[in-house]
Amino acid sequence: MYSFDPTEEQQMLIDAVRKYAANDLRPAAREAEEGGELPKKLISKGWELGLLQASIPEAYGGFGERSAVTGVLAVEEMAFGDLAGTLAVMTPSLFATPILLAGTEEQKQEYLPKVIEGDWAPYTAALIEYAFDFDPLALRTIAALAGDEYVLNGEKAFVPFAKEAEALLVYANLDGQTQGFIVPKDAAGLTIGGEREKLMSLNALPMYRVKLENVKVPAANRLGGASGHDFEPILASMRLAAASAAVGVANAAFEYSKNYAKEREAFGVKIAQKQAIAFMLAEMRTEIEASRLLTWEAAWKLDAGKEDAFTEAYLAYMGAADMAMMVTDRAVQILGGHGYIREHPVEMWMRNGRGFAMFTGLVIV
Amino acid sequence: MPIEFEPPKPIVQTQFVLKTVAEEMMRSKSRYFDEHEHEIPWDYIEFMHTAMKAMGAGSLAPKQNGNGHEGEEQKEKRPPIAYQALAAQIEALAWGDVGFYLCTPGGGLGAAAVQAAGTPEQRAKFLARFAGEKPTFAAMCMTEAGAGSDTASIRARAVLDEKTNEWVLNGEKIFVTAGDKSLTPYEKLGKGFIVVWASIDPSAGRAGMRAFVVEAGTPGVRVTKLEHKLGIRVSDTAAISLVDVRVPFDHILGSPTVEKTTTGFKGAMATFDATRPLVAASGLGVARAALEFLKEKLAENGVQIRYGLPRQKLTAIERDVIDMEIMLKSAWLMVIKAVWMADNKHPNALESSMSKVKAGDVGTKITQKVVEILGPLGYSREFLAEKWFRDAKITDIYEGTGQINRLVVARQILGYSGAELR
Repeated sequence: MYSFDPTEEQQMLIDAVRKYAANDLRPAAREAEEGGELPKKLISKGWELGLLQASIPEAYGGFGERSAVTGVLAVEEMAFGDLAGTLAVMTPSLFATPILLAGTEEQKQEYLPKVIEGDWAPYTAALIEYAFDFDPLALRTIAALAGDEYVLNGEKAFVPFAKEAEALLVYANLDGQTQGFIVPKDAAGLTIGGEREKLMSLNALPMYRVKLENVKVPAANRLGGASGHDFEPILASMRLAAASAAVGVANAAFEYSKNYAKEREAFGVKIAQKQAIAFMLAEMRTEIEASRLLTWEAAWKLDAGKEDAFTEAYLAYMGAADMAMMVTDRAVQILGGHGYIREHPVEMWMRNGRGFAMFTGLVIV
Repeated sequence: MPIEFEPPKPIVQTQFVLKTVAEEMMRSKSRYFDEHEHEIPWDYIEFMHTAMKAMGAGSLAPKQNGNGHEGEEQKEKRPPIAYQALAAQIEALAWGDVGFYLCTPGGGLGAAAVQAAGTPEQRAKFLARFAGEKPTFAAMCMTEAGAGSDTASIRARAVLDEKTNEWVLNGEKIFVTAGDKSLTPYEKLGKGFIVVWASIDPSAGRAGMRAFVVEAGTPGVRVTKLEHKLGIRVSDTAAISLVDVRVPFDHILGSPTVEKTTTGFKGAMATFDATRPLVAASGLGVARAALEFLKEKLAENGVQIRYGLPRQKLTAIERDVIDMEIMLKSAWLMVIKAVWMADNKHPNALESSMSKVKAGDVGTKITQKVVEILGPLGYSREFLAEKWFRDAKITDIYEGTGQINRLVVARQILGYSGAELR
């Protein structure tokens, strides 16, 4: 059957996240972006919503079951508030969710309770590399087996909270396969770049380059143990998270520009009463809906274990990245000169919007 | 029920059956009827009539009491899926040939209008015929030479003759899909009807607009012209003239009196909330046909689509194909959501129009791109790609152009009336 109604539980979660996005993330977003810092209290409050905790079974200290559908619903709502804040709150998932999906029993026992017990803690992951043709399925960072250890060499980029991280999940190319390796913060040969990444947006999120020079980790630190893991489900979960965040940011820009257009007057009428503006808004709303539904379907397919779930997650992600650029650009256009001024948030969302084409690995559901 | 995207079993089964119908009865004849405009595809019409009767469905239109699970054992109460099933059937038939689909007997938009705006008595009176011995057609007459989407400018008049208690209709209608098959007394067809939009009070503007059922054979109504079109040539598009056409009082759909408000008109316009996603579905069937054909041709020529690569590594053709798949899949989900809302009696004016906006875009973009990528093969009449390009364009025009639907969407999201956003 087809159905588009979230469960009661999902709806409660959506409502809670929406409240946090509106009352906490959104009001703090501009200052965080300009000042380059998100208040720790703000992150903790988001963490207390329990998105990650609710996706982990009791056996590992959580209180629920992972669902990609629930994940995309929640991420969209949170990103509606602020993208940088969302990525910060969800950073520990980058480390924990792949372990939940692909880790050995020992890895789950060892790491999951540690990550989710208590307050938000800086666990992170390193996937992105600094190259124009970065491809998560063809990494330049290399892993090689040497005796009972893996040796990692390469450089990672855009690694959130790397400086303070307790441990990182580093993705590397092992004989042509993308594999995750758990790297403790004090591993020899691991250098966290001194300066933060300077990007077009997400200034509030501390991200770093991470250099790996002959970093040796025990064979047991390979995600999934000796036989490793399939990277596709992890990648699909990352793409779906990015897609839903793109929908959230686009929806923020749409709502804001819509409300502006209903207030702003020109030639004696509200500009929303001009078809030129009204049609832009109609198309924005239509494309947001298109991306949202494709993301939902892909998430449902992933949860249901459908054969084409990975391809569909890819399509949802590619579509949402384009959509977010289109919608956020139009939001700025609708505000005109005011859209270009940093007193309004739409220019920030437009900078966010461009990023989704390369944000694979910054968020996971 | 939680969020779910598993197509209901009855829908999957029908799609499977219709694929064979599409291949055997439609695709093989597509080219012939495209090149012999105004010939009638009797084989298809008779086959579909027999097939629908065998399935217990006199028409594609959802039954008032049916929930779409016909033919399946109903052990427990299931959510209604009649409109979802209909959208899926239409998409599958349009994948075969959208012009043929428009020649499917069973009432089309005319019956849909009666279904949506008629009383139970009117439904019983006008819709029973579709389950009869002969295939039967009905059509919707709204457009006039001077009034397309601007329905308030409709000049056709309906005047009540109080002596006889009959409505007297006068006007000229154009672009009536299946108007010929609904009115002309062909030996092989049952007696059809048309639904005519006319004003009962021109000073009231939109509030005075009503729809009337006019039976075939009523004196004064006749087909004056059959159009020659860019595409969907197998489907007849008629001009119809009404001169002092008298119909009984109870042939009016909706209230016979003009209120200050436009409630009566809006009630009738609700037809479009139901039918827009269905028209969208038909456009997406054409788009899927074109995209599948392209992928087949590319595969034959050793061109692979490498899903999963970042944009920077994709070839131009790969980008195009991937973008088209995104468009097609998401547009289909918008249709499904709109009809799912209709099945569940949620107001769906916004979703319905959005699905039509999207499908109009997607249908034209995909078919245009497919012809482009296929080059000479796309442009040649040896294959059907060029025909689908011509057929698809109508999706963005009929049942409200893309622009009118954008206006509907905009009014919905902005909370504006027609007066506030013209």
